[in-house]
Amino acid sequence: MGERVLFFILAIVAILSAGGVVFSRNPVRSALLLVLNFFTLALIYFTLSAQFIGALQVIVYAGAIMVLFLFVIMLLNLGSPDAVPQERDLKRPLAYLIGFGILATLIAQSLALLIPGVPQASPDAGTARVIGLALFTQWAYPLLLMGVLLTVGVIGSILLARRRAS
Amino acid sequence: MTLADFGWAILRIAIMLGFLLSVLPLVIWLERRALAWFQNRVGPNRLGPFGLLQPMADAAKLFFKEEIVPASADRLIWALAPALSLFPALVAAATIPWGPNRLLTPVADVDIGLLYFLAMSSLAAYGVLLAGWSSNNKYSLLGGLRASAQVISYELGMGLALATAVLASGSFRMTSIVEMQAQPLWGVVPFLHNWLIFTPWGLIGGALFFVCMLAETNRAPFDLPEAESELVAGYQTEYSSMKFAAFFMGEYIAILAICGIMTTCFLGGYLAPINFSPIQTLGEQGGFWGVLATLTGALMPPFWFVLKLFGLFFSFLWIRATLLRLRYDQLMNVGWRFLIPVGLVNLALLTVYVIWGWIPSLIGYAVAIALYFAIFGSRKPERREVILVSEAQPYRPKEA
Repeated sequence: MGERVLFFILAIVAILSAGGVVFSRNPVRSALLLVLNFFTLALIYFTLSAQFIGALQVIVYAGAIMVLFLFVIMLLNLGSPDAVPQERDLKRPLAYLIGFGILATLIAQSLALLIPGVPQASPDAGTARVIGLALFTQWAYPLLLMGVLLTVGVIGSILLARRRAS
Repeated sequence: MTLADFGWAILRIAIMLGFLLSVLPLVIWLERRALAWFQNRVGPNRLGPFGLLQPMADAAKLFFKEEIVPASADRLIWALAPALSLFPALVAAATIPWGPNRLLTPVADVDIGLLYFLAMSSLAAYGVLLAGWSSNNKYSLLGGLRASAQVISYELGMGLALATAVLASGSFRMTSIVEMQAQPLWGVVPFLHNWLIFTPWGLIGGALFFVCMLAETNRAPFDLPEAESELVAGYQTEYSSMKFAAFFMGEYIAILAICGIMTTCFLGGYLAPINFSPIQTLGEQGGFWGVLATLTGALMPPFWFVLKLFGLFFSFLWIRATLLRLRYDQLMNVGWRFLIPVGLVNLALLTVYVIWGWIPSLIGYAVAIALYFAIFGSRKPERREVILVSEAQPYRPKEA
């Protein structure tokens, strides 16, 4: 019971902050609301006993990536409220289409979960040991491919920075 | 969760916060007196014995100061920033055990203890960054940008350094990390504890963590975000009264928390320097040995923990009084081109130990150190010319 109340509080905060990200006119406030959204998502992971993923969500997304976002916004001085130009082109209807498509898919998927009798995850399903075992045995090849992808990304960014500097 | 569990949890939180907040004036007094001692001055010595009450007087003064809000500040975020810098510092210490009694410490002995600390310390960047931006002041903004760049860079090195403790103990749980260090030294010396700092990987990891620790808490020689000779007071230039005090408290509590992590992961946590466990077995007879067993087993561990904590804090002051502030490019070079590669090699050689034992690992360390000196030993530090500009802006090397 308590868990369900907690979930609804967190879900409401997450939805409100996600809306705020889109509707806020100030880029810095948008970014801050996105941080709040990531943080509530991490808390929802904790209530689902996916503690490892929750901690990584805070470290990687709320901690590192969003600090970088804010850093760039402040460095390029996009902070003033009316600095974002509103372009009228094909991007906008396309964004609506994709966004509502994802929303419809999510609703369709989660409606099935509202039916009682959904299997519960075991309490230690989200520990570092379980996730590590799964990643390095069953999913070892996808993991290695992800590593290659990240390395390519790093090399690409170094190349871009080099070209700009010379 | 029963009512008794709930009560114990509240007690654990109260003890942790009580310790952090009550030791804070002492820490600030120690910093001022120790710095004065290093610099051949007297320091605050008027109020109370040895000037111990000086922080109280400072706090009272800050309470009654006028709070000045900059006219062009972003009011909401400006008010939010001190809270955002104090909150992660206050909760970051929640997984650190300071004694053997699991009912009193740590607040939450979770499976992801070390990751929890990393998560909270990565959130600490927001307070500083937002304070700098929302003040709408050139110096503040530069301070905030410097702080965020610095924290992101050194977080990676810190993660690699802490990974040695995780790999050596096989767990993110803080109490398991301490238990791993309770074993006999190198597995052979029974009367000493196997503190991680006594192993090659622990020594290198601990040294890396110590450097990252100084940078993460924005302390000298990495105190560029508040460099008073160039940025007034950096991100906190526009803050006065209790908001300034909140930044101040956040900084010192973060230092205590990160010293606690270093103590737990590398310096054996609450373990005594000598293994007292024979006394525990003798203590079952009662009488004199019983008293001695209670003393060493239950009462002394928090004392050892606090002693190590304050030793580390004193080393912070020692370094602040000794070293000069780094330049911005030097700071980035140390972080990206020294700490991270060394941390990666250290981690690789630790995995060699975990898989194949200590002989291949020690050979690996010898080869790595020899290679390092063969490649970098003869290289002279490059000289750079610095353009001095009248306006405050980030340092740039001269274009060739």
